[in-house]
Amino acid sequence: MISLMQSFRIRGGVHPDPKKTATTDLSIASDFPLPKKLYIPLQQHVGKPAEPVVRVGDYVYKGQLLAHSQGMISAPVHAPSSGVVTDIADYPAPHPSALPIRTVFMETDGKDAWQLLQTPTDPFALSAEEISLRVGAAGVVGMGGATFPAAVKLNLGRKNKISTLLINGGECEPYLTCDDRLMQESADGIIDGIRIMLHGMETPQAIVGIEDNKPAAFRAMKKAAADYRQIEVRQVPTHYPMGWDRQLIRYLTGKEVPADGRATDVGVLMHNVATAYAIHHAIRHNRPLVDRVVTIAGGAAVSPGNVWVPIGTLISELLDYCRVDRARMARLVMGGPMMGDALPIAELPVVKATSGILALTQDEITRGSEQACIRCARCISACPAGLLPVDMANRIRSNQLEAAVDIGLKDCISCGSCSYVCPSNIPLVHYFKYAAGELAARQQAQHKTEQTKKLIDERNKRIERIEKQKAEEAARELAAKVAKYTADQAEQVI
Amino acid sequence: MYVLSAIASLATLGLVLGWLLAIAAKYLKVESNPIVEELEALMPGSQCGQCGFPGCRPAAEAIANGEAPITVCPPGGSALAEQFAALLGVSIDLSNFEEPEFLIAKVSEDTCTGCTRCFKVCPTDAIVGAAKQIHAVVADACTGCQKCIDVCPTECLQMHKPEVTLRNWRWQKPLSEPAGALA
Repeated sequence: MISLMQSFRIRGGVHPDPKKTATTDLSIASDFPLPKKLYIPLQQHVGKPAEPVVRVGDYVYKGQLLAHSQGMISAPVHAPSSGVVTDIADYPAPHPSALPIRTVFMETDGKDAWQLLQTPTDPFALSAEEISLRVGAAGVVGMGGATFPAAVKLNLGRKNKISTLLINGGECEPYLTCDDRLMQESADGIIDGIRIMLHGMETPQAIVGIEDNKPAAFRAMKKAAADYRQIEVRQVPTHYPMGWDRQLIRYLTGKEVPADGRATDVGVLMHNVATAYAIHHAIRHNRPLVDRVVTIAGGAAVSPGNVWVPIGTLISELLDYCRVDRARMARLVMGGPMMGDALPIAELPVVKATSGILALTQDEITRGSEQACIRCARCISACPAGLLPVDMANRIRSNQLEAAVDIGLKDCISCGSCSYVCPSNIPLVHYFKYAAGELAARQQAQHKTEQTKKLIDERNKRIERIEKQKAEEAARELAAKVAKYTADQAEQVI
Repeated sequence: MYVLSAIASLATLGLVLGWLLAIAAKYLKVESNPIVEELEALMPGSQCGQCGFPGCRPAAEAIANGEAPITVCPPGGSALAEQFAALLGVSIDLSNFEEPEFLIAKVSEDTCTGCTRCFKVCPTDAIVGAAKQIHAVVADACTGCQKCIDVCPTECLQMHKPEVTLRNWRWQKPLSEPAGALA
């Protein structure tokens, strides 16, 4: 009965082939050779880019601060290994456009020497604010791919006095097993990270949600959490997109987050398991975020697996390490196949958001040609946000973006479920991504119009002021001349 | 006595006529079309003249009178056209609307003589510089009005496409659409 009740709590979604068997039983490789060169982008997070504090030619130790965070929402960047900073310049970003982004170039010296670490402290002796500060200084961001600065989220949780911390061990994207392996191998560290987060947010309880296709990870986490009554480890059905915070919140707590609200509105906040592990490292060992687990998989990878990779490593080196057959690789994807980004080249750096690198073959990406919509409404049943994808796409196609917003375009999370189930192969999610970008561009244009008006106004005022000043000066000069003339006349009279 | 009655009659006349004028000013006031004001408020207001009208107000009047289409303003693009449509209560089909290409001015550093003519005419102060120093265009403030192009003596100012960066990169609209794919 309970399970029946809970199955009502899942809205929409799809069941893509998990494709995880190739990597789920292989332990995380830690013998990845240290790259000679590292490329560390200054923006690997949501918010403002970090500002460099090192100069070209500086020698830096592993874990040393390269760039500090700027503004309220930002994160610092640290050196992933020891070596020399060779340049700070533009380098292509791991983004579908591969457009340049400000990047620190490093040449490693092979010593991989850590900077002198402070002695570890007991996290539970620290104040909650101090936990946030240290997590922020360690550059920890959401490791599931959203890359929202973790410290900002901790502060948000504390200020909103949330009742439950949810930990996402869902890993619902096909192919990816990095969180799965991390839970199997480092469950104690993750649980410790969760306890530190609870302390940092002053929150009484945490629930870990793990999909039921990861029994080994579930057992390991259950065992590690056995001593801590405030942490509950639960299995959730294997269902895409289970890792979406609203889906997991609805399933585990039964609460519905309002459309225009945040998870904190229902007293819940969600973090990823890998983020919990990074926080464990940051607080217990004073180790900033300089490496992460990356899943390398896909049909073209001869020896797929999970690897501990320093941030800034070129993806091409990872492909070589996993013996990816470049000839068979038809598409390179960063992230999962449902929401990840196709990358045009492989010479792009691994960043904090890189959960997976997929080298997909032609067989894995082929889809039929686009055909006419048959009004089957499968996209509507699949949408986890309860939207009408076919109607939204229709409106966007005729450039009626406002009309698409009226029926909920802004609630679309680009999960790709609609495109996945469409029997006519209509690129639905592509329409929504295009529309979201176009709306952002219009907002920028609107902002520019307002700014332009201000500039014109200022300029007109200035010109007026200058002319007034000129007139005043001319009047003053005239008055001075008259005064001088009368004085001269008076002198002559005397 | 005659003097007093003359003063009284003229004063009464003055008061009555003044009162009539006051009433006429209040009830027979000539108003400008308020919709013109609203349209003008939405426009960029740089008086750039790219629409073919002398400025934003004449263009707004033309739209209000139905003499110009609501897609008349090139810097405003389709976003402004949609706002106009909402304000005027007309429906528009923008499916075939070609977004006008937005260009911004750029100084070629090789040929700039620092004559200061361009930044004196720039309506948005988008050009910075000083006499005999190379000038530069602040891309975020340029509206593409081309006023500086006309006054530049060395033709060092040219219109360019704005640089595509990670900040303004956007997904393109899906291309492959068989007829009636989404009906």
